[in-house]
Amino acid sequence: MATNSSEIAGQKSPTAAPSQRERAMESAIGAPADIFEDGEGINLVVDMPGVSKERLEVRVDGDNLLLEGTVQFELPEQAEALYADIRSTLYRRSFVLSRELETEKIQANLKDGVLTVHIPKRMALRPRKIEVQGA
Amino acid sequence: MFGRFTGIQNSLLDQFWRLQQELEPLNSDGLSSAGGIRSAPRGTFPAINVVRTPEDVRVYLFAPGLDPKKLDVSIQQGLLSISGERQIAIDEKATYYRQERFGGEFRRVVSLGDDVDAERVEAKYRDGIVQIRLQRHASAKPRQIEIN
Repeated sequence: MATNSSEIAGQKSPTAAPSQRERAMESAIGAPADIFEDGEGINLVVDMPGVSKERLEVRVDGDNLLLEGTVQFELPEQAEALYADIRSTLYRRSFVLSRELETEKIQANLKDGVLTVHIPKRMALRPRKIEVQGA
Repeated sequence: MFGRFTGIQNSLLDQFWRLQQELEPLNSDGLSSAGGIRSAPRGTFPAINVVRTPEDVRVYLFAPGLDPKKLDVSIQQGLLSISGERQIAIDEKATYYRQERFGGEFRRVVSLGDDVDAERVEAKYRDGIVQIRLQRHASAKPRQIEIN
C-alpha cells in the first residue's frame, strides 16, 4: 500500500473541501500501544480495530518505524450517524528505532485488530551470561 | 489510500467528521457538555459508533483482541449494555516502556431509543470490530401515507 506523497505535498485549492485523506491526516487516531523489551528484542502490541492486513502498512524509513492502518467496516446504505467515538479512518503511530535493532528482520502479525511487531536485536548485542570462573 | 471506499462510506465518514467539528470545541476542556447522560469520556474502551438506517440501528464496538463469545450483550428498555473483559498478557521478565492498551473489565451502555426490536438482534466480529445489528419496529420506519 504505497502512500501518495504528492497528494499531501500537492497544491490545494483554498476553496476546495478537504479530501478524505487530508481529514484523516488531521485527526489520525492514536492507536494505543504496549512496548516491551526482552533479551531477544523489542515487541510492540498495537490496537488497530477495523484494520485488515490489506490496509495495514508497517514501514521502516531511515531510523523511523511507521505503523499506519485504515479502518474499514461494513456500513449500510442510507445510514445516519447517531454517535461516534471514532471519527477518523486512519491509525498512525511512529517510533524512532535504535541502532542495535535489526530492522531487516522485523516481523509483524495482525489478528483481530491487534498488531504485533517484533524487532530483534543484533546477535552480537544480545545480553550474554558471563560464566564466573572459580578460583 | 481511500480509493476503495464507497460513496456511502465517504458520506458517512463526512457525517462522523462533522460530528467531530461540532463536538470538539465543547470537548476541549475534557468534558463533554453535549454528550448523552450515558456517554463515556473519549478514550474509553471500547470505542463505539452508532448509525441508524430506516430498517435497523447498528452499533460498532472497536474491541480488538477480544474473544467475542465472552462478550455479554443485553437489551433492556431501549438500552444496549455491552460488558466483558480484555486480558492483556504481561511478560514478567520484560521491561515495559509503554502500557497504553486497556486491560480489565469494561461496560458500555448505548441508548437505542424505543423503536428497536429486542428480539431481532444479530452480532458479528471481524478485524476487532463487533457489529451489533438491531432491527427497528416496522411502525418506526418512515412510511409513505397515501392521500385519497
